[in-house]
Amino acid sequence: MSAAADSPGRGRYIGHPLPRPGARRLLAGRGRYTDDVLLPRTLHAAFLRSPYAHARLGAADVSEAAAMPGVHRVLTGRDFVPICTPWVGTLSHFKGMRSAPQMPLPTEKVVWAGQPVVMVIAETRAEAEDALEAIGIEFEELEPVVDLDAARAPGAPRIDADAPDNVLFRTRIESGSTADAFAGAESVAVDLRFGRHTAVTMEPRAVLADFDPGEGRLTVYQSTQTPYQFQDLYARHFGLPEARVRVIAPDVGGSFGMKLHLYHEDMAVVGASLLLKRPVKFTADRLEAFASDIHARDHRVRARLALAPDGGLRAIEVDDVTGVGPFSAYPRTSAVEGNQVVRLIGAPYRLTDYRADLTVVAQNKVQMSQYRAVGHPIACAVTERLVDLAAQRLGLDPFEIRRRNYVTDAMYPHTTPSGYRFEKLSLGTCLSKLHDLMDYPALRAEQAALRGRGIHRGIGIATYVEITNPTPAFYGVGGAHISAQDGCVLKLTPAGEVQCAISVTEQGQGTEAIVGQIVAEGLGVDRDCVRVHTGDTETTPSGGATWACRGAGIGGETALQASRKLRTRILEIAAAILQAEAKSLDIRDGAVTDPDGTPRMTLRDVANLAYYRSDLLPPDVSPALTVAHHFAPRGYPFAFTNGIHGSLVEVDVETGLVTILRHWVVEDCGRIINPLLVDEQIRGGVVQGLGAAFFEECRYGETGQLLNGSMADYLVPMACEMPDIVIAHVETPTGDTELGAKGCGEAGTAAASGAALNAVNDALHPLGASLSQLPMTPERVLRALNVI
Amino acid sequence: MIEPRPIAVTVNGATVRRFVEPRVSLADFLRGDLGLTGTHLGCEVGVCGACIVNLDDRPVHACLMLAVQVDGMRVDTVEGLSDSGALAELQAAFHARNALQCGFCTPGILVVAQDFLEACRAAGRVPSREAIRDALSGNYCRCTGYEAIVDAIEGVARTRHGRDRREDAA
Repeated sequence: MSAAADSPGRGRYIGHPLPRPGARRLLAGRGRYTDDVLLPRTLHAAFLRSPYAHARLGAADVSEAAAMPGVHRVLTGRDFVPICTPWVGTLSHFKGMRSAPQMPLPTEKVVWAGQPVVMVIAETRAEAEDALEAIGIEFEELEPVVDLDAARAPGAPRIDADAPDNVLFRTRIESGSTADAFAGAESVAVDLRFGRHTAVTMEPRAVLADFDPGEGRLTVYQSTQTPYQFQDLYARHFGLPEARVRVIAPDVGGSFGMKLHLYHEDMAVVGASLLLKRPVKFTADRLEAFASDIHARDHRVRARLALAPDGGLRAIEVDDVTGVGPFSAYPRTSAVEGNQVVRLIGAPYRLTDYRADLTVVAQNKVQMSQYRAVGHPIACAVTERLVDLAAQRLGLDPFEIRRRNYVTDAMYPHTTPSGYRFEKLSLGTCLSKLHDLMDYPALRAEQAALRGRGIHRGIGIATYVEITNPTPAFYGVGGAHISAQDGCVLKLTPAGEVQCAISVTEQGQGTEAIVGQIVAEGLGVDRDCVRVHTGDTETTPSGGATWACRGAGIGGETALQASRKLRTRILEIAAAILQAEAKSLDIRDGAVTDPDGTPRMTLRDVANLAYYRSDLLPPDVSPALTVAHHFAPRGYPFAFTNGIHGSLVEVDVETGLVTILRHWVVEDCGRIINPLLVDEQIRGGVVQGLGAAFFEECRYGETGQLLNGSMADYLVPMACEMPDIVIAHVETPTGDTELGAKGCGEAGTAAASGAALNAVNDALHPLGASLSQLPMTPERVLRALNVI
Repeated sequence: MIEPRPIAVTVNGATVRRFVEPRVSLADFLRGDLGLTGTHLGCEVGVCGACIVNLDDRPVHACLMLAVQVDGMRVDTVEGLSDSGALAELQAAFHARNALQCGFCTPGILVVAQDFLEACRAAGRVPSREAIRDALSGNYCRCTGYEAIVDAIEGVARTRHGRDRREDAA
């Protein structure tokens, strides 16, 4: 058992591995997920989905379905036209980007197999599904655009007939002169393919919309990480006053980015509740989840790395093509992943010249958009594979080539050729620590000894740099209504306890737990006295919520500053009563004290007095014991974190099966608030990364049909396939906040697949084979070995 | 639709009588008819394990059983096993080790882990980490990466084994 270590920067609560208070409820089966919510008169929705990847819609005959038992309404695309405005998944800072306008249900054509086409609303889900069978609808099949390369070939069928081609967005980044760098230089190259995979949250998407015509008020219970974003979307697209739209995210059974995108079904359910004036619920079943949850990745990256005459790494050229489905996702677009790929490649290294092209292509598949570690695993795998190939060329050990070429400690603040600015990273420190943690020389010796016995082990390492704590530079500047600030309301209750309502949200990662720790520390009270509330747009301040690794760094700082504000209020009231200077008082263990810690009055006494005997306060002292505080990061556009993974695998050259023996992570997410939770974020992230490396892939047939869209066919990592994961920490707090925390949610996923790719290739290298496609399935391993 | 049929089931120690359509799964019956929402549906094809409950003391996938099939039998869900204290040791270990994040898979894992530990105890052995990982092959967790779950179960196994040996010695 690996016990999480205390953080060196710890206080009374910050830095301690404390269990989550909210977990007990979930352990007792008392979680309340969206599908568990019961409202009187709820109706249930089911969707007829397109069997074709690309087809023109003919007439729909819904009369028989509408007459079936329990059925209240059958809705088609035209029913939503009068009540909903279309949405377009572009952002203005992605110049020249285009995407087809979307509506809840289509009126003219379908663009992926699984697209919802007709909605049945009935007393029960079973009755709604029964009625789907009675719907008659004609489809005129069109040629589908499936393969990534075929989608942009000249003369390819076009998904949007009025567009010149299937390209939704193109961009180029250029710094220095790669032409000069590559002229006459030694270089290495890769052509890497990254399969589509998907989040597979254990709880599928669920939404329950309840429109009350009496007050013109819409309440939506939704399994999401971003309730404020959905409040804005429902209000704007259905023309409702924002103050009358309430979105509640109850317990959320995993999200990983997947549940922050707008889905057609969400809008159809809200629209149906507006039309029927009753609660309408939809919970995706697992087959629907595979056919409609966003997918991720799907990149082909060709890249090459030029060496300087002294053997240093000098320049990288990249061509990234990514297939994103028939349109760009809303409201965050499907261009962010590619954009991050081309900006993160090469980031840890001292490069002088860089050029990257990104092409975002439409295809008749499920929409692709942001999922955990957006772009990072691809950038990491491309970079680190190139570096390993360069090491081979130069005859250097993988550790040594990295040590020689990292951005050095003296270079901070550092700006990468792609324009990212690093406040301070700890690349060299993490590298050394990993070397020790793995006992690298012993592993190499063991590898050599086993090789002699026909056992092929591989050791791989991969460095990552992770984007966290985003400012409005991420989405706000592009016109998206996605907040980069957070708000916190703190109340000292009349009994002297603390209620905290904050805009960062909880999906099991422990947001509420760390906010409670920070508030308790900031105020000087027992953590058990602090109750944290999240996930309700009506009872919490508006903010960014949870995405892109911002909960601890931005939400945590918001909570810390709010607790300072409440502390000031408490001490001002106490000072008036005690006839002391507020500056000379402190709060410790739930009591107002003298500087030496002598208790003067309890917080209960202060609160009792302010709430019930405000007549005793001087007239110029407010009795308010509720404070509101908002915080937005204003320093660096992003707080970059870094770290490095190590992977040890064994390749069975007869079967192609790869056994993952060990995995190591050294990470630096700045100030650690709760090492127990950080370790579990890292481990969970690693396993999702290893899933992408070895198992997970949404496989499509030539006609655009998803071939493995069920839990039985799509391989999710299981307990017996996963290794124990050893974690160590380095702490480089950001100076942009008092708390100093950055994010850790993507770090596990960012480099796990890159380290595994390097490890498998290390195992295969003496056999003259190499792999350049994820996931690394047994079949692909055997093909690489020329066995099949 | 086939007409609803009467069933009588002992759920968490109490007998419940309901009319159910023959097509209703045990999972939907527990969640919808009885409000026992601790039983979760993750795949509805018996792969993910989120719906596992005890049927006459043996773990079964509630998504693969029909409610009419359990007529006359005894069903124990995470709610009942929590109230009776049967899961208390595991729940405390999971809490201390943070062996859950979103909690959606957790009820099924607890039921499987409890059954597995009982079998280990009956055989007088402490399971290896590999054996624990094998026992969890029918339970997907997407959040934790499994290690903390293995740690928590291993911890309970050791504690129980130590206690049994002390009791034997006494």
